[in-house]
Amino acid sequence: MSFTFRLRRSALAVNVLVLALIAGSAFLVYAVPRSILAFMAFQASLLVVYYAPLAHRVKMGYAVLALGVLMPVLGTINGYYMEIAIQVGIFVALALGLNIVVGLAGLLDLGYVAFYAVGAYLWAIFGSPQAGKFISAALVSFPLAPGWFFVFLILGVAVAGVTGVLLGLPVLRLRGDYLAIVTLGFGEVIRVLANNLDKPWNITNGPKGITPIQRPPLFFDPLLRVAGIEVSPFTLYPLYFYFLVLAVVVVVILVNQRLEHSHVGRAWEAIREDEVAAQAMGVPLVRMKLLAFAAGASFAGIMGVIFSAKQLFINPESFTFLESIGVLAMVILGGMGSIPGAIIGASVVTILNLQVLKGISLWLNELRNSGLEFLGFNLANLPSQFEPAKYERMVFGIILVLMMIYRPEGIIPARRRRLETYHRGEEPPP
Amino acid sequence: MDWPLVLGILPQVVMDGLVLGFMYALIALGYTMVYGVLELINFAHSEIFMVGAFVGVEILLVLRAGGLLDPLNPFLVLLLIVLTGMLVSGLLAVAIERVAYRPLRSAPRLIPLISAIGVSFFLQDAVRLVESLWRNAFYLTYPSFPVFNKRIELGETVDFSVKSLLVIAASLMVLVALQFLVNRTRLGKAIRAVAEDQPTASLMGINVNRIISVTFLIGGAMGGAAGVLFGVQYNTVNPFTGFIPGIKAFTAAVLGGIGNIPGAMVGGLVLGLLEAFAASYLSLFTGGAFGAEYKDIFAFSILILILIFRPRGLLGEVVRERA
Amino acid sequence: MRFRLTRLVILLAVLALAVPLTAEAQGKGTIKIATQSPLSGELAALGEGIKLGTQLAVEKFKAAVEKAGFKVELVPFDDQAKPDVGVANAKNIINDKDILAVIGHLNSGVAIPSSEVYKEVNLVMISPANTNPLITDRGLPNVNRVCGRDDVQGEVGARFAKDELKVKSVYIVHNKNQYGQGIAEYFQDTSKKLGVQVLGFEGTEERANFDPILTPIKAKNPDVIYFGGEYPQAAPMFRQAREKGIKAKFMGPDGLDSSELVKLGGDAVAGMHFTTVAGGVKEYPKAKEFADEYKKKFGKDPEPFAAQAYDATAVALKGLEAAIKEAGGKVPTREAVSKATRKVKYSGITGSIEFDDKGDPKKATYLIYQVGKDWKDNKLVKRLEIAAPAAKKQ
Repeated sequence: MSFTFRLRRSALAVNVLVLALIAGSAFLVYAVPRSILAFMAFQASLLVVYYAPLAHRVKMGYAVLALGVLMPVLGTINGYYMEIAIQVGIFVALALGLNIVVGLAGLLDLGYVAFYAVGAYLWAIFGSPQAGKFISAALVSFPLAPGWFFVFLILGVAVAGVTGVLLGLPVLRLRGDYLAIVTLGFGEVIRVLANNLDKPWNITNGPKGITPIQRPPLFFDPLLRVAGIEVSPFTLYPLYFYFLVLAVVVVVILVNQRLEHSHVGRAWEAIREDEVAAQAMGVPLVRMKLLAFAAGASFAGIMGVIFSAKQLFINPESFTFLESIGVLAMVILGGMGSIPGAIIGASVVTILNLQVLKGISLWLNELRNSGLEFLGFNLANLPSQFEPAKYERMVFGIILVLMMIYRPEGIIPARRRRLETYHRGEEPPP
Repeated sequence: MDWPLVLGILPQVVMDGLVLGFMYALIALGYTMVYGVLELINFAHSEIFMVGAFVGVEILLVLRAGGLLDPLNPFLVLLLIVLTGMLVSGLLAVAIERVAYRPLRSAPRLIPLISAIGVSFFLQDAVRLVESLWRNAFYLTYPSFPVFNKRIELGETVDFSVKSLLVIAASLMVLVALQFLVNRTRLGKAIRAVAEDQPTASLMGINVNRIISVTFLIGGAMGGAAGVLFGVQYNTVNPFTGFIPGIKAFTAAVLGGIGNIPGAMVGGLVLGLLEAFAASYLSLFTGGAFGAEYKDIFAFSILILILIFRPRGLLGEVVRERA
Repeated sequence: MRFRLTRLVILLAVLALAVPLTAEAQGKGTIKIATQSPLSGELAALGEGIKLGTQLAVEKFKAAVEKAGFKVELVPFDDQAKPDVGVANAKNIINDKDILAVIGHLNSGVAIPSSEVYKEVNLVMISPANTNPLITDRGLPNVNRVCGRDDVQGEVGARFAKDELKVKSVYIVHNKNQYGQGIAEYFQDTSKKLGVQVLGFEGTEERANFDPILTPIKAKNPDVIYFGGEYPQAAPMFRQAREKGIKAKFMGPDGLDSSELVKLGGDAVAGMHFTTVAGGVKEYPKAKEFADEYKKKFGKDPEPFAAQAYDATAVALKGLEAAIKEAGGKVPTREAVSKATRKVKYSGITGSIEFDDKGDPKKATYLIYQVGKDWKDNKLVKRLEIAAPAAKKQ
């Protein structure tokens, strides 16, 4: 306790410490760009910022410094980190969207990725020659100009939101697990439709997928040229997508916070805790549930549009049931109903999947290549069945189980959940 | 429309649907029983089913390697693999409950769900690891028994294989036994009591933990039986076999009214028949514009419709909402 | 809450200390070859075949490059058959300066977006397995393949059915993925052109229960059933078809080219025909040696694309060798490797390989086999050498 007191008192010391961590880890990434541990240290320093006993505004400053300045620089040095950052961003937005539906309103949605697919296909179809296959070229010629991308960002929000309402309308009478199965079914329906609508009309091009999809215009490129900066599109596009995703994530977080603390958010939580009581207190169930569905769906929709532009190619394989489960795992792992929880959950799962598990596999592979002896056993002779890269999903499974057993309330639980999980008299762990 | 064709294959389609439906019903029972006592969607149940299928094929392959498969009576062998599959899957389900669900009994409802997903991932890869070490392959196929593949002719276009009838008979026996167990025995009464109200049941002197274990044992055994029968009927199994039937069976459980044992059977049969009809007839009825690939959409759309008009499922009754 | 901070700081400190320990040495003399294929999930067996084939080739042919003073290493990546994972791996790959060639992928859906990433740095990719026309029809300078194409293969199959099997009607089933549906459509197009009656064209994602699909087939009684897809689905489907008493002949594409087909399909698949883009062991004396070595080292027979991966790797190493020579014994640029690889002429175990200007093999081999009781008894029925068609404008 005394330690924390000292920390509190000398804000200067904390500031110095935090700054040193951010700068130090960033420097490490700069110095050894291939070391995954260095990049993890950088990611962890952001966590330190979150927990540091500092004023909100100061924390924001550090976050802007790390995410707005340092990350793009590091990402330019090693584009892999940029890709990880972009994917983390995409999943953060998805997790935040699902968090509204599952975490706040308590409606279990097992087909969330369907809305993501709706957004992705929306831009993929019209931002590629695909739409020309069912719309006469006399009307409009496809692909649409890259500038339309921004219109489609808004359209993605709208169409996914409307889809959410359309799904919500019939299922409002259902509760709990019935809702879960209907959303699961809906997710499958969307995927199967995407996989099959190449006949009788070719709308989605079926399993063959759609390519090439337009990217958003590099409207600032002339400005950069004027400023004398010559950057190849290969470095520019990742940066562009990074900032785009970051901007959307910031907007999503703001909307989320506003919603959570408004009467809407309180209505959702009331529904989650006790539907009957909520209705008795005058919460309009139908409208609130629809709103939750629409809000959650629209976040996924906008990210879908960005995803398809980033990926250049999409096919239905990106929108399977397992993907929905993955996003749900992020929300629950992070802490249901908690905004920072959803963010950290999405980051942890994505980083685990793309970076940590892959990193371990590569490291073990290197050990094998080096022909190291372990207890008199040459690692190079290890049967290929033990190839670590093959068991990433098993490791993920074990982590999920252990996490649920030892920290069921999630990594950063919502305040109310934390109090719920621990009984009265029992001190919640810090 | 080619009506003679449509009508000609109708009995066959019904038969296909029934076989599939009974399989779904058996798996659905595992979901529904666990849901009944714990209000938990046991996501790992599809892997329990898959393990049952692997136990069956392993016994057969080991028997065959030892030269024992041909001399033995095939019906006896079938009985042996079904029972062993039930035992192993049942024990596995109990173990999963002890390790991954029991510590989470008091946690919010979605927490055990995630734990179950974790177990599911783990089991898929674990079976793959074991099989690829042991057989260097993880797609395995059931040896075929000529007796089971014999066809009983009922007309020019209609004939059934012996094993389809066996699958139906075996499922019926298991279902009847379960119905008897749950409704007519002391143990069944205890299970129903725990499902109704855990604290009160425990006040009445029922060992709730043990009853929950027993429920998992029974549900797992049903899954195991389904796994073995699935393997016998459709031949090929792999570590990911369980996933799709698992989801379908869960749908069937909800369709019938989750937590309701006859409901799971009805739901399974309805879903199986729907699927068979959709896959066989969609292409014929739409002139090839839509085909078998839409069968799942068809099944899920019917499910959604039924739930809209009967939100509790086909046989589900309105029960008190528990927090 | 505050204790967490101290704990985190300690963790960070430990991490920071550990960094220099595990940071890879930026070796001067290491050249890495990456593989990307699904090592987990349902297609793991095929994906692992690609990895192991590459591994064998690296060990076998690295000497030439090592003589030039470089250490050659293999780095396998698991793309999980998922496009987003493949792209993330690709980003990781292009940022490892030592990686000068990629062997992969299995799924065209992963290969297309990933190869757009390799293109950024002109990193050469040689595909052992992607038969989708779009892989090379995009005309990327760095993307090559050593196998044939779906459009040609589908046509070869349909012509064979008409001319040699003398069939009058076909029923086509496919597995609804990019590969299976694609090749089934090519088969259908040619069949229609040749006047063969197409009784049905059906897609299904089903993997176990083919009853409802087979029932109408039985009623329509086609001469041949063609399955566009891979063996894990084809084998059980054909087996169930025979069990149901369907007497039609069976056919399929190179997705069926695996010894597992016989293991899973049993007697039902004996006597059926399949087209493939790679020869079996018997057709090439050198392939026998490969298969023996593979079996000795990994304890199992090579999977379908292992031999192609082996050849692709050999081509990549040839390209590397040439590029190193050109660079005067120094580390070549990725662009130089790409250019040199496109020019390689190599006689491999699956035939001689020489790329045309869009990365297709100049003469791809297409073979038609009849499956025997045992995989070893497979009979080569027909062998064709066909050049890739010119890229069609979409």
